[in-house]
Amino acid sequence: MNFWDYLGNRHQQLLTDAYQHASAVFQCMVVATVLGVIIGIVTYRSDWAGSLATTTTSTILTVPSLAMIGLLIPIVGLGVAPTVIALTLYGLLPIVRNSIVGLRGVDPSLVDAAKGIGMSRVARLFRVELPLAWPPILTGIRVSTQMLMGIAAIAAYASGPGLGNEIFRGIASLGSKNALNQVLAGTLGIIVLALLFDAAYVLIGRLTIPRGIRA
Amino acid sequence: MPDSVPDSVPDSEPESVSETATATSTATATASTAKATTGATIELENLTKRYPGSPNPAVDEVNMEIKAGELVIFVGPSGCGKSTTLKMINRLIEPTSGRIRINGEDVTDMDPVKLRRKVGYAIQSSGLFPHMTVAQNIALVPKMVGWSKSKIKSRVEEMLDLVGLDPGEFRGRYPRQLSGGQQQRVGVARALAADPPVLLMDEPFGAVDPITRDHLQDELIRLQHELHKTIVFVTHDFDEAIKLGDRIAVLRERSHIAQFDTPEAILTNPADDFVSGFVGAGAALKRLNLTRVRDVEVRDYPTVTVDDPLQDIFNKLRSGNTNEILLLDKRGRPYKWLRRGDLMRARGSLARAGTLVHDTVTRDATLRDALEAVLTDNAGRVAVTGRRGAYEGVVDMETLMNSVHELLEADRLDAVEHQHELEEQRAEHTHREQEGADTGGEERA
Repeated sequence: MNFWDYLGNRHQQLLTDAYQHASAVFQCMVVATVLGVIIGIVTYRSDWAGSLATTTTSTILTVPSLAMIGLLIPIVGLGVAPTVIALTLYGLLPIVRNSIVGLRGVDPSLVDAAKGIGMSRVARLFRVELPLAWPPILTGIRVSTQMLMGIAAIAAYASGPGLGNEIFRGIASLGSKNALNQVLAGTLGIIVLALLFDAAYVLIGRLTIPRGIRA
Repeated sequence: MPDSVPDSVPDSEPESVSETATATSTATATASTAKATTGATIELENLTKRYPGSPNPAVDEVNMEIKAGELVIFVGPSGCGKSTTLKMINRLIEPTSGRIRINGEDVTDMDPVKLRRKVGYAIQSSGLFPHMTVAQNIALVPKMVGWSKSKIKSRVEEMLDLVGLDPGEFRGRYPRQLSGGQQQRVGVARALAADPPVLLMDEPFGAVDPITRDHLQDELIRLQHELHKTIVFVTHDFDEAIKLGDRIAVLRERSHIAQFDTPEAILTNPADDFVSGFVGAGAALKRLNLTRVRDVEVRDYPTVTVDDPLQDIFNKLRSGNTNEILLLDKRGRPYKWLRRGDLMRARGSLARAGTLVHDTVTRDATLRDALEAVLTDNAGRVAVTGRRGAYEGVVDMETLMNSVHELLEADRLDAVEHQHELEEQRAEHTHREQEGADTGGEERA
């Protein structure tokens, strides 16, 4: 059976896996974005808190994803839980770092002006600082998503959802006639998903970055 | 004959145009903001700022009273604390001690956010938010204080008009689509949008090129003429201070007031070496910039018009006590200087006689312009013109010299008087300080 026949036969299964893969990444990204931006907001003002946040998140990133999931299984069990936790943790770093860099990069004279015309702390954050820091934050989200696409494949190891299952099945049955097709289908599926997400981010950037600061 | 016309036309045309322009903008401004807030008084009392870890205060016991509707300039070398002092007025920097009163109301302990909405604030490089349009930037403060949408919309148009930008063209633009000067105008419009009685300006024209700066300064003078806000303006450029200020506070390190007086007084009678060093060379010349031709005596000169019969012109030349006469054209504009004998040499033809009038000054010209014109004229006088370039009189070297001497003398007297007041204040201040130190010592004992 060649690759195209394989796709034709298994498209039902593949689409379900792809959908679950995308859905897991998307949901984890939402959580990671909210958490990451909040961590950024809380820490960007102080030197040590900012570096603590970036160091912690980058330390998490150095843990191999397989090991991380392996470590999570005894604590939260198999299935969706370890997947979501691992993905969210990995997704944090680029977002936290870019939030801090973005918020710190806002021209101090603009913050001064915002204060000077009588904006409250909250108004300053939401009307001036976050909108101006949004382009780098969005870049962080994009990088994060690309990364999670790959990491999510490992989640199959903990019986998590997604295209990883296809890859793992292929690896487990190496030598059988469909093994290569399975690995190939899973990998290509992830790449296609990653490209689709990236296109979506370009669109989101177009829609949410004000014309006045668009590059 | 036609070659004389272009001489006077450029003088008169722009003037009348700008006059009507100002008149209409004043009319619209008064029509729509009949209840516009004018200035409030500002009192600073022993205002001090200490930063932890530095032995000397950054701003040390500043006492100052600023009258309602006054444009006061803080000028001094960089690092003298002028900006810090300004930022303490809207409490962007919290004073360590001392009081601030605006219109008699103590604002030292008021909610700073509320205070700042009542105090306009314009900074260098405009401080416009790049992600908002011009209209959104201007609407910020009115929105925060809860104006209705329709009121904000008309206010934005009005403010753009006020600073000389066409609302239709500029409303929807982003700051980066504007030139530096336009951004600065929008910055001022934003600061004034909620109609605050007080406007603080922190080196607002520091980052624009000299020509634009000059325009912006003129614009500010015009605005202040219409609005009568209390403006505190920080700059390190003394010439800017002289041009704009009703009064100038020359500050030395730690924001000590070296002199707080009218530009005239500071120029003619600097309080000490520090001030005179800051005033720089050519104080008397700078003083000429502050006085207009209308403030000095303009001499009457015998005139004739081109329509007068030649015989009359002859008679006037012979009987007059000057040996020169000014010939006006059909519209009453200075045309030629005629000397005795000119007509003889030209064999009675007006077209060939006399010297053409090259330069005239208006009543609004500064004495410096007038002096320039007098110095370049080979007979040392210049004709003064009014509306449409019509002749009004003549200024010559002698009048200028006398006027300037009188001005300088008057300035000197004023300055000496103010100097006394300041010294008395200072003496009282030191006195109080010593007493304070004494009581402190007793308490400790």
